[in-house]
Order: sequence, then C-alpha cells, then structure tokens
Amino acid sequence: MNEEQANNLDTIDSDDAIIEIQNVHKWFGDLHVLQDISLTVHRGERIVICGPSGSGKSTLIRCINRLEEHQRGRIIVDGIELTNDIKNIEKIRAEVGMVFQHFNLFPHLTILENLTLGPIWVRKLPRKEAEETAMYYLEKVHIAEQAKKYPGQLSGGQQQRVAIARSLCMKPNVMLFDEPTSALDPEMVKEVLDVMISLAREGMTMIVVSHEMGFAKSVAHRVLFMDYGQILEANTPQEFFENPQHERSKLFISQILY
Amino acid sequence: MALINQAIKYEDPSEVKPPVTSIGIIGWVKKNLFDTWFNSILTLLAIFILWKTVPPFIKWAFVDSLWYSTGAECHKAGGACWSVISKNLRFMIFGFYPHDLQWRPLLAMIMLIGLLFYSRNRNRWNKSLVYAWITGLFVMGLLMRGGLFGLASVETTQWGGLPLTLLLAIFGLTAAYPLGILLALGRQSKLRIIKTLCIIYIELIRGVPLISLLFMSSVVFPLFLPHGVTVNAILRAQAAIIMFTAAYIAEVVRGGLQGMSRGQYEAAESLGLNYYQTMRLVILPQALKIVIPPSVSILISAFKDTSLVVIIALYDLLKTTQSVLSDPKWMGFSAEAYIFIAMIYFLCCFFMSNYSRRLERELNTSN
Ligand SMILES: Nc1ncnc2c1ncn2[C@@H]1O[C@H](COP(=O)(O)OP(=O)(O)OP(=O)(O)O)[C@@H](O)[C@H]1O
Ligand SMILES: [Mg+2]
Repeated sequence: MNEEQANNLDTIDSDDAIIEIQNVHKWFGDLHVLQDISLTVHRGERIVICGPSGSGKSTLIRCINRLEEHQRGRIIVDGIELTNDIKNIEKIRAEVGMVFQHFNLFPHLTILENLTLGPIWVRKLPRKEAEETAMYYLEKVHIAEQAKKYPGQLSGGQQQRVAIARSLCMKPNVMLFDEPTSALDPEMVKEVLDVMISLAREGMTMIVVSHEMGFAKSVAHRVLFMDYGQILEANTPQEFFENPQHERSKLFISQILY
Repeated sequence: MALINQAIKYEDPSEVKPPVTSIGIIGWVKKNLFDTWFNSILTLLAIFILWKTVPPFIKWAFVDSLWYSTGAECHKAGGACWSVISKNLRFMIFGFYPHDLQWRPLLAMIMLIGLLFYSRNRNRWNKSLVYAWITGLFVMGLLMRGGLFGLASVETTQWGGLPLTLLLAIFGLTAAYPLGILLALGRQSKLRIIKTLCIIYIELIRGVPLISLLFMSSVVFPLFLPHGVTVNAILRAQAAIIMFTAAYIAEVVRGGLQGMSRGQYEAAESLGLNYYQTMRLVILPQALKIVIPPSVSILISAFKDTSLVVIIALYDLLKTTQSVLSDPKWMGFSAEAYIFIAMIYFLCCFFMSNYSRRLERELNTSN
C-alpha cells in the first residue's frame, strides 16, 4: 500500500457508517441474485466491486438507492432505512448520486438543463443558483464550454463526465458508479477515470462497479469480489490483485489481465 | 469502374466535370422521367392523362364558369357554377345564425385564427400567452352567445356552419389530447383498478364508431336524465368527440411511453424526482415528441370526423352546404360546393400537418 492510500485510510472514521447493508437477499423470480449480503461502508470510504457478469454487482448497488427492491434484510443509508415509504426513498435518492453505464442523460434538455433539473425540482433551488452550481461542476469536469449543447452532440466520454457532474449538483453524500467506463471507447476511459480520481481525492464516499484495475489500485480502500450473488472476498486492492485468496477471484483476475 | 478509376488517376479531380447529360433540364428529365423503358411508358401515360383531364377542367372551372349569377343562369351555362358558393356563402359559413349578427361569429373566427397564428412560434409560449388565450376564448364565447354587455343573446341551437365546425374541432382536440395522455399514463399505472378502468375505457371506445357514440350521446344519454333536464346538443356532441379522440390519442401516447428506455426513468428517479416530475419533465416531453406524427394523423382525422355531427342534426359546415344544395334553385351544383368545402378542410388540415413538421424540426436535439 502506498503512502497516499494510507493517508486516505486514516481519514475514514470507522465508527461513522454511511451505508449499512445487513443480510440482504434479493430474488428475480426464482433467481437468487443477492444471497445474504452484509456490508458496511464508512464515510469517505471508496469501494470497488468487481466480479463476473451476472454476479449481482449492479443489483447490489441499485438496491442502495432503491432502483431495485431487496426482499429480506435491511439497508440503511445515512441513518434512513429503505422501506416502502416513498418519501424516504426520494430523500435517499437525493443524497445518493448514481452514474450509469450508458450515461442516461436527458436528450431533450441541454447540458445545463440536465444539471439543474434535480436541484431546481428536488432541492427547490432558485434557477440562478442552480445554474451557478451547475457551471461550477461543469468547470470541474472540464466541459463548461459545452453547457448550451445537447447530449447528442457530445462524445461518450464527455457525456459520462456530464452525468457525473449532474449527480454532483445534488451535493450527494455517496456516489454510486455502475461500470461508468465500460461503454466508452478506450481513448475516452481515461478522461472519465481522471474525474473520478479527483472526486476520490476530495473524500467523496464512492462505490464503484468497475474492472479498471488501475483505478481500483489508486483510489480504492477495499475491493469486493462478487460471484453468485455473494461477496466472496474483500481486501485492499494490492492484496486482492496480487494475492487473491479465493479460487474464483484467482480465475477472474487471470481473465481480466488478458 | 476501370474507366472511372483512370479518369481520377490521370486528371486533377477538381477538373473532372460530370457528363453533360446529367446536368441541366435535359439531364434531370432523362434521369427522373425516362431512365428505363418502363418509366418512360409511365411518363408518357401520365402526360396523356394530364392532357386529357387538365384542359377540360380548366375550361370548366375558369373559362365557362359563372361566378356571381342566379341558379337559373347557371343551369343554362355549361361550366362550373361558383355562384352556388358566392350567392350562399353567408348561409354556408354561418348557418342559421341571425343574419345581421353574423359579424360576431366572423370576428370570433378572426380572433381564433389570429391567436393560432400568433401561437405558432414556440418562443412566445409563456404565461401571457396563456392569459391571451383565456381572454380570447372568453371574448369568442361572448361574441357567439351574447347576452352580456348589450349583445343580443343567440341560442346555441342557432349556431352552425364554419364556427361550429371550428368550435367542435378545436375544443375537441385540445381537450382530447391531455385526456388521452392521462389515459395512457393510467394504462401504465401500477394500481390495478386504474389500469383496468383505463383499458376498459380505451378498448370500449375504440370498439365503436364515432357515429354510434354521437347517436348514443343524443338519443340514449338523454333517456337517463331526469325529466326536464336537458344537456345542450353541441355539448353532447363535443363530449362524444373528446371521448372518442382521447382513446386513440391514449394508444398512440402509450406507444411513445413504451419507446422510452428504462434508463431515462432510472436517471430521473435517482436524482430524487417523484413520479409526476419524472413524467412531466423527463418522460412525456420525449415520448410525446416521438409520437407527433401519429398524433397529428389522429387529430387530422378527428377534425374531419367532426362533420359526422350532421347525423344528430347539428348544422356544421357540411350540413349547411348540403341544405343549400337541396334548394331546387341550386340543385345539381354539388361538385362546386363540395370542392369549396374540401378546400376549407384541406387548408385546416394542411396547417396542422405543416405545423407538426415544423414542431418536430424545432424539437430535434440529436445530431
Ligand atoms: N430486472 C431483472 N429481471 C430479471 N432478472 C434480472 C433483472 N436484472 C438483473 N437480472 C438478473 O440478475 C442477475 C444479476 O444481474 P446484475 O445486473 O446484478 O449482474 P452484474 O454483476 O451487474 O453483471 P454485469 O457485469 O453483466 O453488469 C443476472 O443473472 C441478471 O440476468
Ligand atoms: Mg451490471
């Protein structure tokens, strides 16, 4: 573990859990996609989740903001338990940012409007203030000059950076990323990872589903390996990639190294 | 191929000119009308048919025609009798509306058309335009109905002709559209009862022709009303048209909603937007845009279907024309009268489809 990571780890307050997942189960019909998952995420912690396709990675992080509903166990985000209470769900969603594999920008709105939609309608900010915040984050993802364009006019990498900025405009406490770079052309992966790394440096709590080993090594506190709906291994990135314990992790790592 | 390659190889490409035969009028004619022997035959055939039909039509419509004469003179002449329109224009347009008050519906129609034209530009869609419409509609209603501010009252039974057609069409379409959207959303609802009710409604309405709905509204519906209570005939027809059109709009809008990817819902929800915000701000603007062309088809056919109100004895534009034609003086000039009516309908429908295409272009944000 390098020095910077050690420093980062120190900044985590291990008493201060922001997400608590306790014995969560989820089924799609007969398919048992999450099998007794327990996980505590601390404020400021950055977790990378990897694992083979269909192992339940997306489902797990989608349960955190209730895009999927878990059927057993408890999920508590920032002190609020996820139940059927729709008001709680909306509150949690406003606190938790989500970045999707396919960006999911709103194609009928300009970049600026994409960014101000949540703050204006959910946070009830005045338009002017929302636009200032939006410009601040666009600046941050190096895309301010495109504010008046529509998503369809931007490259994939640019769109994903806009999507990250859109989430940040809600001033979330946690950011979830579901394979944010896997729909991108190789030359655009870096620009998105750079934005994510700088976000990590600022201490954002992040849960990232990704197979980007370099990213995991440089910012993650923990790497979780999932398969068959279970967390089979959790370790520091160094340990995990160089010295995997589990049979399946070994196989998986040998595959992604190709 | 080889030839072309050589040409490019040995000449400066900027100097290579297209062969003379492919440019200019001759080139165009050759390329578009005579490119194969089959197309050449079709072209010749078309020219022959046009030559056989167009000159006689022009002779009938413009050369031998009478524009302002009596019916008797028309019967003697061989050409078109446009007099049937010019002499009966006021009745065709205004029906039984009191003769010396007809400036009122005329003014109302001018206001309506003015407002429609002003609203064409999307930049003008703001609060004050909404107020303008509300005031405008109130003034139009006042002009038509009277009874206030010293305007003589005119019973709705005397309304007729073009104002009635426009009234049925514009209120019918503007009310049917939002109702159709609500039905489409209802049909997608997670609440079983709402969903079932919407499906039953849509399928029932789509299963019967508009004519039978109009009949029911005018014949069956009053049977259920307590004795002495009547609902205005125009209102009943209007309700039938709205109910009918809404069911079709609902199905088209549902198609648009199904075309939306799950990602759009998820992105909106993960920002914390609630159901109504998600629909209003994210889903509907996109879904409705996709379904502009089929919606406009429905609106256009609904507009033309307003002419079916003749069967419940409302004197819309078509009915007033028919009554003119049943006058012995003017009998036999239906071609002229119907051409005129067709032109009015065409103008309105053309305006709608033209506008929809413009809207589509303006809303296009993909590159
Ligand atoms: N809405 C759904 N309905 C039914 N089955 C689903 C649904 N979503 C996911 N699944 C199934 O659940 C399992 C886990 O899916 P999930 O998307 O969580 O996997 P993943 O680890 O993210 O895989 P990938 O790397 O391909 O994204 C898969 O077998 C998938 O087919
Ligand atoms: Mg996935």
